[in-house]
Amino acid sequence: MTPETLDTLEAALSQRLPDLPRERSGDALIVRVATDALVATMTLLRDDPELNFHQMIDLAGVHYPERDKPLEVVYQLLSVYKNHRLRVKCAVAEGEAVPSVTPVWSCADWYEREAYDLVGILFSGHPDLRRILNDYDFDGHPLRKDFPVTGRIEVRYDETLGRIVREPISLERENREPYRHTL
Amino acid sequence: MGLNDPFVQGVAQEVGERGFLLTSVDTLANWARTSSMWPMTFGLACCAVEMMQAGASRYDLDRFGIVFRGSPRQSDVMIVAGTLTNKMAPALRKLYEQMPEPRWVVSMGSCANGGGYYHYGYSTVRGCDRIVPVDVYIPGCPPTAEAFLYGILQLHKKIHRTHTFDGGWGANGVRLPKKLVG
Repeated sequence: MTPETLDTLEAALSQRLPDLPRERSGDALIVRVATDALVATMTLLRDDPELNFHQMIDLAGVHYPERDKPLEVVYQLLSVYKNHRLRVKCAVAEGEAVPSVTPVWSCADWYEREAYDLVGILFSGHPDLRRILNDYDFDGHPLRKDFPVTGRIEVRYDETLGRIVREPISLERENREPYRHTL
Repeated sequence: MGLNDPFVQGVAQEVGERGFLLTSVDTLANWARTSSMWPMTFGLACCAVEMMQAGASRYDLDRFGIVFRGSPRQSDVMIVAGTLTNKMAPALRKLYEQMPEPRWVVSMGSCANGGGYYHYGYSTVRGCDRIVPVDVYIPGCPPTAEAFLYGILQLHKKIHRTHTFDGGWGANGVRLPKKLVG
C-alpha cells in the first residue's frame, strides 16, 4: 500500500472507530479489537462505503504462550474497490471463545475450523466447528508451542488384531536438537 | 524385439515345426502377471505427478500393460505415491485388503519409504510398510519417471522369480522348509 492510501484509510478509520487501538507495521495498518465488539466492528468495516472491506483474505490463529491472553486471531481484510488492506487482531484467553465472523464473511467457515484444529481457538456461533485437517480423534492442537513436533502417537497395522493400532511414539533416532521444540 | 530376433525366430521355428510351444506353468503365469499389472491409482502427494508423467506419452506405461484403474477390485499393484498420514492409513489398508490376490505394493518416494521429509512430523506414518507389505521401494523425492519405471521393472523381476505351481515353493515365492513339502 502506498503511504497516501494508508493515510486515507487511517483517517477514515479514526473518524468511524476512534477508540480502536491502531498501529503501523511497515506498510500495513493493524487494529486490535476486543471479542465482544468483534462482529459489530467487522460488519462496519465491510459495510461502510469508505472502508469497503468486502473480502476477508485470510484468518490465522497464533499462540503466544507468554501473554495473559495467549491466543490470537488475525484477520486480513481487503477492499478491491478502494485498493487497501487492513489487519485486525483479536486476542483471547485460554478456553474463551471468539465470536465467529461467518455471518459477515461466509468464507471464514473453514478458516475458523482450521484455527480451531491447529491452535485450539474456540469460535462461538460457528455453524460446524469440527477438526478440518487432523485425524478425527486427534488429541491436542499441533501448532501450540507446547505441542511436541513429533506428536504423541504413531500408527501401524497389527497382524494379529487385523486392524490399525495406535501406540505411544517410539523413535528409533531422536529428532535433532534445533528442530525439537521445548517450551 | 524385431522379427530377426533369435528368440522370435526360435519361437517361429518351434511353432512351425511342431505346432505348439513348451513352457512351464510358472513361466506362463508369471508372463501373464507381469504383462498386465494394473495399478490402483493411489496418488497422495507430488510423487503422484511423477507417476502420471510415467503414465503419459513419453514413458508410456501402457507399453508394459500397465493401465491405471480406479477400483482396488480390478487392481494387481498398489503404488503408494506420496506421504501417508495417520488419517489416511486405515483407508490405505482397507483398499489394500480389497485388492484380489496375487497383489503387490510399490512404495514410491522418500515419504512412503520411511516418512522422508516429514519423518518427525506429528501426523505422518514413518513408512507405508508399517501398514501394508511392500515389494519394491523406489527412492527419490520425488523419484523421476525413469526411476519409477526402473522400480516397475524390478517388480517384474521379482514376479518372474516366484514359483506358484512348482513344488517346494510357497505361493509368494518364499522357499518352504523341506519338511513342510514332504
